[in-house]
Amino acid sequence: MGPFLFLFFAIFTVVCAIGVVVNKNAVNAAMSLLLSLVGVAGLFVGLEAYLLAFLLLLVYAGAIVALFLFIVMLLDMKGDDRPRLAAVPMLARIVAVALVAAGVVSFIARGHLPSPPVQVEPAIGSDLKVYAYQLFTTYLLPVQILGFLLLIAMLGVIVLSKRFEGMDDIK
Amino acid sequence: MVEFYNQLHPVVQGVLKGLAVIMVIFPLGGVCSMAERKVSAWIQGRPGPNRAIVPWAAWIPVLGPFLQRLGLFHVMADGGKMLFKEDPLPGHVNKFYFVLAPIVAMIPALTTVTAVPFGAYLDEAGRVIPLGLANVDIGLLAVFAVSSLGVYSLILAGWASNSKYPFLGGVRASAQLISYELSMTLSVIPVFMWINAPGRESTMGLGRVVEFQSGAWEGFTSASWGGLWFVFVMPVSAFIFITALFAETNRQPFDMPESEADLVGGFHTEYGAFKWGLFFVAEYAHMIVGSGVFTLLFFGGWNPLPWIPLAKLVAWLGVSSPILVGILSITIFLAKVLFLIFFFMWVRWTVPRFRYDQVMEIGWKKLLPLAIANLLFYAFEIGALQTAQPWWVHAAIGVATLLALVFVVMRPEQKLAA
Repeated sequence: MGPFLFLFFAIFTVVCAIGVVVNKNAVNAAMSLLLSLVGVAGLFVGLEAYLLAFLLLLVYAGAIVALFLFIVMLLDMKGDDRPRLAAVPMLARIVAVALVAAGVVSFIARGHLPSPPVQVEPAIGSDLKVYAYQLFTTYLLPVQILGFLLLIAMLGVIVLSKRFEGMDDIK
Repeated sequence: MVEFYNQLHPVVQGVLKGLAVIMVIFPLGGVCSMAERKVSAWIQGRPGPNRAIVPWAAWIPVLGPFLQRLGLFHVMADGGKMLFKEDPLPGHVNKFYFVLAPIVAMIPALTTVTAVPFGAYLDEAGRVIPLGLANVDIGLLAVFAVSSLGVYSLILAGWASNSKYPFLGGVRASAQLISYELSMTLSVIPVFMWINAPGRESTMGLGRVVEFQSGAWEGFTSASWGGLWFVFVMPVSAFIFITALFAETNRQPFDMPESEADLVGGFHTEYGAFKWGLFFVAEYAHMIVGSGVFTLLFFGGWNPLPWIPLAKLVAWLGVSSPILVGILSITIFLAKVLFLIFFFMWVRWTVPRFRYDQVMEIGWKKLLPLAIANLLFYAFEIGALQTAQPWWVHAAIGVATLLALVFVVMRPEQKLAA
């Protein structure tokens, strides 16, 4: 991918990501998130990770953001006036911004990428088989842990959302 | 002609190809609306639309009245009406998203075609080369990824309309489409497990699935039993896929987002004129592409009959020109797609609409466990076939799947204490 396409998708992604945070209307924010995800998918295509690009579109753009919108519509969020922030969240915000800024500055000033290797390895996310092989060998433990975390989250949602009013309900 | 085409710039070639495909699908979507009226009339035992006629056609002695009774001119009348009538833009809507929604409906519907091969021709060596806009190896994933973006048109239309019924339609659409996407994706995994043998290049390409069903692709097990279609090898997968397809394309009995009986017009209540027409055509375009994917996955694509692949038919007929073979294969493919669209209409005018809670229950409590059981069954079965296990292993796998299904799906509803 040429530098032009990279710049286009990178700027597009960042602008849309800012839109998610800045927009007061919840639907606008969700749509910005959608566009931002499309931008990231474009970046993946540039890295020749077609599989990841399409999975991102399928899972996040196709389902997750649609669920966000579903919730936004269900709760009919207006999002007009935000409560003024208390001291502690404001402090946390400032610290977070400072940390990110420090990271970016140090990355620009000190960081350097190793010169590109002579032989470019194919991206892991380009081919289905290579990707699956990596998942089941190198990254088996993280996949298992993530699966377990998701299971815990799912159980937690069931416990929190279901109203238990007696021992008869727990079966 | 061919030389002139070949010397064009690749981008121009691509644009021409894309336009050619859209020129088929867009009018086909319009004609489908006509076909729907005719099929419904046929099923309900009435003549259906048979009045409209343009003057110059009325002058033709026999053919004119025949076409009139066929209702062909109603397509033009409908299209003209939608183009020229007033395009209302209600004052209470969110204008940006209101205008955006029909466009968002059309774009994914027409974009998915790029990854769907629709025909094939034979090269000099006698190999079957698929015809399509882009032969992407990621194939079906691309179709699923892009078509899943179509849900935004319904959500946005429902939300932007800013009134009660469209809003309910939009909420229903988002819940329903996500629910059935799961079963749909799970139902096609066995097909790709079956064709991807170990030690070979992996593929998600739809062209490869057809190649396998032609008996020309060595898969996991004993090839494909000489070109057996997947609808016979995995009927349950095909059933789940077509059921989910009904839900994904908002066809009755799953048309919750626009169910006229309780939501006036659902998500498009506030729409009129050509914006409404775009929703309509997008629905049919989704149906055409979905039927195409179903044909490729389970109905053997461009192969005329099971065990008779395209190459054999071409050899019998003695056709050698690649263009003629291409036209023949596209005709076979389109015939299957049109039959499936007829099937869609047949079901629509036969089966009454589900209630919303029934739709959710079918999706989550029936179809999803069935799809998971189906997936596990084929995973074990393929393993058993590959290692050439004796017959009782296959029988044990089948019985275990059935038992698991009976316990999960068929279990009577437990009454929850309120």
